[in-house]
Amino acid sequence: MIPAEVFLTFILMLSIFLGFELIHKVPSTLHTPLMSGANAISGITVVGAVSLAGTGQHDLANWLGAGAVALASINVVGGYLVTDRMLAMFKKKKGA
Amino acid sequence: MDNLTQFAYVVAAALFILGLKQLGSPATARRGNTISAVGMLLAIVAALLDQGIVEYQWIAIGFVAGGLVGAAAARLVKMTAMPEMVALFNGFGGMASLLVGWAAISPAAGTFTLVTIVLSILIGGLTFTGSLVAYGKLSEKLGSGAVMFQGQQVVNSLIVLGIVAGAVMFCVEPANHLWLYLVVGLSLLFGIMAVIPIGGADMPVVISLLNSYSGLAACAAGFAVDNNILIVAGSLVGASGIILTQIMCKAMNRSLSNVLFSGFGSGKVESAEVEGEIKPISVEDAFYVLEAATNVAIIPGYGMAVAQAQHVVKELMELLERNGAEVNFGIHPVAGRMPGHMNVLLAEADVAYDHLLEMDDINPRMANVDVAIVIGANDVVNPAAREVESSPIYGMPVINVDQARTVFVLKRSMASGFAGIENPLFYKDNTRMLFGDAKESIGGLVREFG
Repeated sequence: MIPAEVFLTFILMLSIFLGFELIHKVPSTLHTPLMSGANAISGITVVGAVSLAGTGQHDLANWLGAGAVALASINVVGGYLVTDRMLAMFKKKKGA
Repeated sequence: MDNLTQFAYVVAAALFILGLKQLGSPATARRGNTISAVGMLLAIVAALLDQGIVEYQWIAIGFVAGGLVGAAAARLVKMTAMPEMVALFNGFGGMASLLVGWAAISPAAGTFTLVTIVLSILIGGLTFTGSLVAYGKLSEKLGSGAVMFQGQQVVNSLIVLGIVAGAVMFCVEPANHLWLYLVVGLSLLFGIMAVIPIGGADMPVVISLLNSYSGLAACAAGFAVDNNILIVAGSLVGASGIILTQIMCKAMNRSLSNVLFSGFGSGKVESAEVEGEIKPISVEDAFYVLEAATNVAIIPGYGMAVAQAQHVVKELMELLERNGAEVNFGIHPVAGRMPGHMNVLLAEADVAYDHLLEMDDINPRMANVDVAIVIGANDVVNPAAREVESSPIYGMPVINVDQARTVFVLKRSMASGFAGIENPLFYKDNTRMLFGDAKESIGGLVREFG
């Protein structure tokens, strides 16, 4: 059995390389939506936060988790919506 | 852990990757964003089904509060204000990771977990305050200049030393909360100190870098709470921010450390001798030249955003095209206050994206351009970058508007660009200065055509 630390680091390494490959292909005209979209993805912290906010023990960790859920939700909801709003504006020449 | 949840995370990761892949072309980008959002929804639902959760009340309150704020911000933000908004969102992401790292502290945590907790607090904290300062500078709530003071390096070094010492002590003695508070406090302070010496025009680099940090903070939080999907998504964002940072630095011909530490634009720069004289032109005369032009290039800069001139520029473009001219836009990678800023503004004004040319595509065509119109750009069209070896921007790739037959420079006044660098372009024989507010000047041209 691989130790958890090694396993997680392995995932980290692969994702970083994958990220570089993917992002290099994004044209410069889409860099702003790329950033706001990446912002939305970084709201993934919400997934880690919900399990902390829902322990039912009203201790510090619970409150910190709830705060994190709120902040990360701003990122997720705001990030995806504003990216969609921007991308809807990108249009190709008519008739081309 | 629950197998189903883990499996859902795998699917979510695949959706994120697919979504980013589709962002490779403007035609599929919107679908890509939706795919990515579906991935996020799946990950969140999976996390909610986790058996460890016994109480949903606070989760729901957090979701609703955050969701409402996010939705309102996304709907209301002006396209010219996108850089501020992205900066602010970076900060929220960082703070969320800080809180998750903090909440993950438990007496059972091993050294590896403690190290990742410290990292998520550190990166999250500096991302938060750094982003707030960047937000302040971009929205002009703070002065946008570089703030330098005597002994700045010493102070910063002490903060870094303090963070390292605090972090080590925290890992050794996690029960003592003093170390935790020390790391939290100093990380927050460090974010402020790191961004204040960076001037407004270098903000594209800073936002990109903070974007990267917000991802890395999520990544570290993923290690802290032992969660794969945080690591995958966080590192995708981290990689994205780093690539954008590299592109921005390359476009300014400066190293990252030069951008971060040099306080570029804070000092007075001695100007090289410039020969020639300034030749102003009236809107009327400019119109006659444009009417005869068959090939027009428009080079927008931050000034176009400030003047909110993108819509009237589009009107002018349509009139020129109706008049038989070919019109293209030349977009420098660091034009504006964030990567791709100009493209979004022009897209908002309904300019088709195939008219937006990158610097390397427009430069070879420049010799065939009859009129190049520079709107609120300065350093990115400065020929000193090619010609004047003593110039601070020497070597920076620029859009060679001076090679067009005629250049119109729309400018408020003769004040120099942010870096205080003299621009020889204004003195060239083929350059005419159209002074005044960009929106009004272009509006004047549009009326002449009408």
